Amino acid sequence: MNERVLRVQDLSVHFEVREGNLFRSRMHTLKAVNGVSFDLNAGETLGIVGESGCGKSTLARAMLALIKPNRGRVLWLGEDLGKLDEEELRKKRQDLQIVFQDPLAALNPRMTVRDIIAEPLWTFFPRIARVQVDERVSGMMKLVGLLPNQINRYPHEFSGGQCQRISIARALVLNPKLVVCDEPVSALDVSIQAQIINLLKDLQKKLNLSLVFIAHDLSVVKHISDRVMVMYLGRAMEVSQRGNLYRRPLHPYTKALIRAVPVPDPKLARKLVDTGLTGDMPSPLDLPRGCVFHTRCPYAVKRCELEVPPLRRMENNDWVACHRAEELDLTIAKSG
Amino acid sequence: MPLLELVNLDVGFDTPEGEVHAVNELNFSIEAGEALAIVGESGAGKTQSMMAVMGLLADNGHVSGQALFNGNDLLSMGAGELNQHRGSQIAMIFQDPMTSLNPYLSIEKQMIEVVMHHQGLDRAEAHAKAVEMLRAVRIPDPERRIGQYPHEFSGGMRQRAMVAMGLLCEPDLLIADEPTTALDVTVQAQIGHLMSELRQTSNTAIILITHDLGVVAGLCDRVLVMYAGEVVEWGSVEQIYYQPLHPYTRGLLESVPRLDQPDDAVLHAIPGNPPNLLALPDGCKFRDRCPKAHDACREEPPIRQGGEGHSYRCFLERTDE
Repeated sequence: MNERVLRVQDLSVHFEVREGNLFRSRMHTLKAVNGVSFDLNAGETLGIVGESGCGKSTLARAMLALIKPNRGRVLWLGEDLGKLDEEELRKKRQDLQIVFQDPLAALNPRMTVRDIIAEPLWTFFPRIARVQVDERVSGMMKLVGLLPNQINRYPHEFSGGQCQRISIARALVLNPKLVVCDEPVSALDVSIQAQIINLLKDLQKKLNLSLVFIAHDLSVVKHISDRVMVMYLGRAMEVSQRGNLYRRPLHPYTKALIRAVPVPDPKLARKLVDTGLTGDMPSPLDLPRGCVFHTRCPYAVKRCELEVPPLRRMENNDWVACHRAEELDLTIAKSG
Repeated sequence: MPLLELVNLDVGFDTPEGEVHAVNELNFSIEAGEALAIVGESGAGKTQSMMAVMGLLADNGHVSGQALFNGNDLLSMGAGELNQHRGSQIAMIFQDPMTSLNPYLSIEKQMIEVVMHHQGLDRAEAHAKAVEMLRAVRIPDPERRIGQYPHEFSGGMRQRAMVAMGLLCEPDLLIADEPTTALDVTVQAQIGHLMSELRQTSNTAIILITHDLGVVAGLCDRVLVMYAGEVVEWGSVEQIYYQPLHPYTRGLLESVPRLDQPDDAVLHAIPGNPPNLLALPDGCKFRDRCPKAHDACREEPPIRQGGEGHSYRCFLERTDE
């Protein structure tokens, strides 16, 4: 169970972007992911949470070697994905799959459910028999809670939740070991979100999958994650065990995200105070010096403006990037 | 007299597959300064009922019934007459600020057009008013920002600019269609605060449309739960959250992920999928997803009383817990 499958070490992804107008422009470096490290065990789920623009989707793509990092490396079962040639990497992709946010956009509208789910099979086993494909596809459809008699239908005939089930079936058809889910429920009705989360949880148990589950909301990842990583402007602010993170977060940003989760209780919701966050997220093209969060942090001191806090290990193998982690008590009060 | 009163509002669409009944006999009223939530899944008819009120239905849509705004029926007005109310007395803000702001026009241009038209202010006065409103929604450095284009704003700022535009003419009624759904939770919280603040300072009535009961609790006085074009339960926010009586309302409440549940608690979902409006079942439209469905549900369910101002459309008695 505790076998380490994925190691991400000091990963950075930078993009060159042109800013300005037609006549006067400058190249800027957008540091989408900046020195992120973490490990993932077999059968474990890591939740990754942060606001839009924090680099979580870029990190997801980099950890699957879909984009090349500028620095750092990704070790899959001990092998550096960056050192593999195209053909070797292609073989590894059987193990590494992804589910995207918008299920309708991720599915080809002109393909039937059979062809969508079977496509990875054709790609990896071009000589596979049609009977075998149909058998495997029907099996996958049952596994994700779709009726196998819908195999000849098209994506538009399904609701958002069902389309996400199709995406999951496609991701699982090759028996992968790691599935990265990039905001798999953000586009769905709240009433349907839990179906997909519970499904992923079940499948993980059945298939001993490692999961990376990305969301912009801490409440969504709580039920599925063993550990949670909180990102802000390309950096990991905190990586903690679920039990600790929601009770006593180590980073002020984590606490702000927890307090921002709406409470479905009128009396509590009315007296809820501010999240403590001021202002907007700074532009990723022009990162603050020192701690990237210091411009919005209610606990910031002089040191935070000057020195970048490293991600460091605390008790219980929880990690935090905050100069003041020891002195701050960010325990969450019971009533929100 | 209520500010807005809907009487038997029906909305339908002609489609190649047949007629779709999006909204079925919707009745409700809202007083000045009140905040009402309309809650339900995709396809429940929440947005289309408000689009009908605003005269913004698609070409294949048709509407019947009455929408009385200060006693005048909006549905029987021509575009010219309607435009005297839209924008000035009733404003609507939409889910996705990127698609509802014009990318070719500066924020200033989009804002002052409305005030100049409705309030007869000159350009300088309108500009001053727009800057003031951007400041009210906490856009930093509004004098400079107002000259920028939508793509130069962050998602949260765009949505705040939308709210500012909606409130520019100090409307009596603000219809907000999923105003926070596309936003990060931290920004959601900010927009929520902003709306309740504006409600207190300018006595604006708010109709909030959403699929997430989590965001309604702190903001609204009353809740209307819709399913497949019909209202299935309505009551005060306390009644809906503390004594929900319709199984669908309970399902919606249980599916809100909460941080105060045990870590390993199983998340509740409503089984099945939102209904296909082209093939609705007879009787109770929720019955094939309802945990309490029984034979009687094949008939049209009665409307029962839950308490003062609290009603629901179901065969279950209050005591059938």
